[in-house]
Amino acid sequence: MAPPEPARDRRPDPRSRQAVLRAVKYLGQHRLDTAGALISLLLVAAANLAAPQVVRVAVDRGLAVRDWSVVELAVAGLLAIAVVRGLLTFLQGFLAERASQGVAFDLRDGLYARIQKLSFSYYDQAQTGNLLTRLTNDVEQVRTFVGSGVVQLAASLAMLLGTIVVLVRINAVLALAALGTVVPIFFVLRRFVKRVGPLFGQVQQSLGKLNTQLQESLQGLKVVRAFRGEARELAAYSAINDTLRDQNLESIKAISNSFPFVNLFANLGTVAVVGVGGVQIFRDQLTLGELVAFNSSMAFLLMPLISIGFLAAQISRAGASAVRVFELLDTPLELTDAPNARVLPPLQGKVEFRDVVFRYAGAEAPILKGISFTIEPGQTVALLGATGSGKSTIINLIPRFYDVTSGAVLVDGQDVRELTLASLRSQVGIVLQEALLFSGTVKSNIAWGRPDATLEQVKAAAVAAQAAGFIEALPQGYDTLIGEKGVGLSGGQRQRLAIARALLTDPRLLILDDSTSAVDAETERAIQRALDALMRDTKKTAFVIAQRLSTVRDADLILLLDQGRIVAQGTHAELTATSSLYNEILGTQLKGEGGAP
Amino acid sequence: MRRPGSLESMAETEVQRARDRAGVTRRLLLELRPFVRPLVAALGFVTISAVGQSVAPWLVGHAIDHDIAHGDGRALAITMTVLLLVYVASAFSQRAQSRLIGGTGQRVLANLRVRLFSQLQALPISYFDTRPLGDLMSRLQGDVDTLNQLFAQGLTQLLGQLLALVGILVAMLVLDWKLALASFTIIPVMLGVTAFFAARARAAYRKTRETTGKVSADLQEGIVGIREAQAFNRTAENLARFRERNAANRDANVSATGITSAFSPAIDVLSTVGTALVIGFGGWLMLNGELSLGTLVAFLIYVQQFFRPVQLAASVYTLAQSALAGSERLFAVLDAQVEVKDAAGATVLGQVEGRLTFEHVSFAYDATRPVLSDVSFEAPAGSMVALVGRTGAGKTTIANLVPRFYEVTQGRVLLDGHDLTTVTRSSLRAQLALVPQEPFLFSTSLAENIAYGRPDATREQVEGAARTVGLHDFIVTLPKGYDTVLGEGGGLLSQGQRQLVAFARAVLADPRVLILDEATANIDTRTEALIQKALSTLLAGRTSLVIAHRLSTIRSATLILVVDGGRIVERGTHDELLAKGGRYAELHGQQFADGPAAQRVRAST
Repeated sequence: MAPPEPARDRRPDPRSRQAVLRAVKYLGQHRLDTAGALISLLLVAAANLAAPQVVRVAVDRGLAVRDWSVVELAVAGLLAIAVVRGLLTFLQGFLAERASQGVAFDLRDGLYARIQKLSFSYYDQAQTGNLLTRLTNDVEQVRTFVGSGVVQLAASLAMLLGTIVVLVRINAVLALAALGTVVPIFFVLRRFVKRVGPLFGQVQQSLGKLNTQLQESLQGLKVVRAFRGEARELAAYSAINDTLRDQNLESIKAISNSFPFVNLFANLGTVAVVGVGGVQIFRDQLTLGELVAFNSSMAFLLMPLISIGFLAAQISRAGASAVRVFELLDTPLELTDAPNARVLPPLQGKVEFRDVVFRYAGAEAPILKGISFTIEPGQTVALLGATGSGKSTIINLIPRFYDVTSGAVLVDGQDVRELTLASLRSQVGIVLQEALLFSGTVKSNIAWGRPDATLEQVKAAAVAAQAAGFIEALPQGYDTLIGEKGVGLSGGQRQRLAIARALLTDPRLLILDDSTSAVDAETERAIQRALDALMRDTKKTAFVIAQRLSTVRDADLILLLDQGRIVAQGTHAELTATSSLYNEILGTQLKGEGGAP
Repeated sequence: MRRPGSLESMAETEVQRARDRAGVTRRLLLELRPFVRPLVAALGFVTISAVGQSVAPWLVGHAIDHDIAHGDGRALAITMTVLLLVYVASAFSQRAQSRLIGGTGQRVLANLRVRLFSQLQALPISYFDTRPLGDLMSRLQGDVDTLNQLFAQGLTQLLGQLLALVGILVAMLVLDWKLALASFTIIPVMLGVTAFFAARARAAYRKTRETTGKVSADLQEGIVGIREAQAFNRTAENLARFRERNAANRDANVSATGITSAFSPAIDVLSTVGTALVIGFGGWLMLNGELSLGTLVAFLIYVQQFFRPVQLAASVYTLAQSALAGSERLFAVLDAQVEVKDAAGATVLGQVEGRLTFEHVSFAYDATRPVLSDVSFEAPAGSMVALVGRTGAGKTTIANLVPRFYEVTQGRVLLDGHDLTTVTRSSLRAQLALVPQEPFLFSTSLAENIAYGRPDATREQVEGAARTVGLHDFIVTLPKGYDTVLGEGGGLLSQGQRQLVAFARAVLADPRVLILDEATANIDTRTEALIQKALSTLLAGRTSLVIAHRLSTIRSATLILVVDGGRIVERGTHDELLAKGGRYAELHGQQFADGPAAQRVRAST
């Protein structure tokens, strides 16, 4: 959760003001609801002002002169006003909320569409938590303000002005006295909001820290106990807890310095009205009914003042949120189809890198420094090299997850930048390093790239990926739920599902980042068989970031990478004979495994 | 800020009931005992402001009937001054009261939180085995939070408002009992309406929360799985699915609003009915000469004032129920049995050689499920004992008995001949170090993480430990070096590097006995080489108990124990066990089934 912004000064920065205005414009899509809400609230304000007038009539023309029929009429009038006002208040609240929910929907929809299109390089730097916050908390802030905030602001202003007019018309002197006592409320509230806004943020932060501390001490339970850290953990927790308590006490102080006085000023209004009004009655400048009506109307002076006081804080918070929301919505898309992009015809499988240089955004040095090679259709290529040598980057350039810094990547002789992304990516199957599964069934996960696949097709892919065995052993077979709420799968099982998922799309070009977590011996062999099956399928061109010796041995071509360059290429036999680096890499593994071949 | 008493705040509190309400209430009250003085003072202030609130309208009525009606300016001035004083006194009592009660609430909570934390640090490990961390966390947080709400929102306001309500009701009855009783007829109607709306709102909010949960889950997956989505051309489907959930969420919110937006108008109508009732019935009484105009006006003010306390009471009642249920669970944590205390006369274990002995050790969580049966072995000082076997065979349980994370059910575990149950736990653990399978790092600085077992270590010692495991060169490349603060879960570091930090921590603790649960995660070649090197440094000269996952790393073990079904089924050195052709040989064969060629080429990550 993002810490709430500290309350702003009187002048919000222009970016924030623009963002708020832009958010308000979203109401245009829901103009019927918005207009309905505004009209209803104007009528509510009118009804509110009318009610005390009816009381006045009841007192002056009914009770004071003992005319029962007027009292009866007034009572009926009051009830009628109440019912109408009730209906209108409902309409206003409901319509405003519906409009604001509509705005939230539009914002989220737009944001989601945008995040689906942003390129890999954006995600290299973005944090999931941060993005989530924008889509949830920030949108909610903007929604609350745009919905209730805007309508409430309008309602409060209308009510304030209307009440002042009515009060002045009843009695100007009394109105002045009343305003004099009530207006300070606005300032008390503003001061409160300014003080409590940052405090509230601090409380949230401390609460976050406190929970992190609790979570860590429980997650690391055994480490804490084994290294006798209990007392220190407690001390750290106590320190945060004390800070939190003090901040809470501060907030209580701020609250206790505000609300009793808001009430006091409101009540002072009554003192002023009855006192000054009494004197005016002596002078026959005021009737008793007017005094009573006046006193009732004062409540309508109070409510809008309180609302406006709180809204001021909401605006600055909503402004900060709106800035973040629109920032994401306006993030330029780096990778889009060129204006004259062609649809890639069914792929043969030839891949060519022409002097490719690639530098990650924000990095100083390029990670690929002039890579050139050509792969013929149906060949299997193994990429080998140390961490950071550029293997993953090479495979990411083929489906155009990134654009080259210079040089060109061609498939079937066509530059990938001149093709539509959809036609290119639909013919490339990829198994990424971390086998990510989605919540859903086994079947929906395998069919993820081809949601219309039949169960038979899904099963065939699972068989090819050596996954059918364990899937059938699951409680509901292919309909077993996996993911957060479903059964847990081992690393090897996930890996095989990811392979099945890639196979089902029947790609002409297959890319495997085969960096599995260590798995038990049996799984290891199953994955190996799945990979072997894939590679022997001669129709496909395959790129594999190799983890296994057998993969390397069977490859048609091995590209040995070091620091962004291809330092050797050839078959296993050729490289064993010629490349010392290749032999060294093989050697380290075997040593790492603790046994000689 | 949700106002207490609003329908939203009622709807978000799920109705829960404590099993033993009286008992929990009594205990909660006991928590307040240290704060008797401020609470008594608060009660005084509450009374003052309640009296003020009920007297004020009467004063207004008095001014109208006596002062204004008789044209007595002096009397009016006196009444107004009294009214002013009453208001000012109420305001300051409200301020004092909210500080005293709110402050006490926060202090009680802070106190409770520390006690809970300290209790969690003292509970036996087995307590956490049956309670998933996520559940435990969210329950602790949720329960403390409802209690906080009760203190912060409920009690501060409720107490004052309730007293004010009583005062108002009494004042009304005294002024005119007939009109008062007529006015009171609104109260049950209002409570009924509130309950009606609250029940419906609660159902609607449940639906809202569900759909919101789905939207969040979808968002999370959409962001985490973005690379897959783009690789598999799934973006359009994802957007369509999200749009569906987003719309469901919007609709659920709108229908919840349908209920909440109707609530305040309904109460509003009721309040006007109250006013109409007072004017109608009161007017009739007045025309019959039974009531003065001033009293009628006072009633008008009273009727406006008793709506809020009544509503508030309804909401606080729900809140209090949940808070009691939450407190009951919190008290259950506080009452749980803590780790067995050190035996009376337990001795402090001095520096040991490191001879570790298991004598016919059995262990069971409960009598029906034995986990370990009759485990015996001896690890001479400085030797390496490897535990091998399938998941669930009992390897980890054996290791957990050494630091007394669990207590043996039968038999004895000895260190240098001292039965572990006869020495203090703290002195025992000072001789041990633990490297878990998943290295656990705290979100503190690297230096603090390394020095976790020896917080008084100097920077030189910390660096020395990092050097020993080959981590120093990497740490100095970080902009803040050893002061780099790790993110939650130690993000920023690779799996292998985290492993090395855990090693460095163990090196600095310099234990006589090391318990190592081998990591299974894949680690790149260079780090792997570092780890192997660091491991041999770490193991040299110490007794070590290694839970082995890779058979290749334990060929050099002094003793290999093959564990199955809680028993040691084979023991010996690597060569002996291979020659024997039993379970170990079988496991070994599986791992290397395809010969050396099947071994993984650990060329990259």
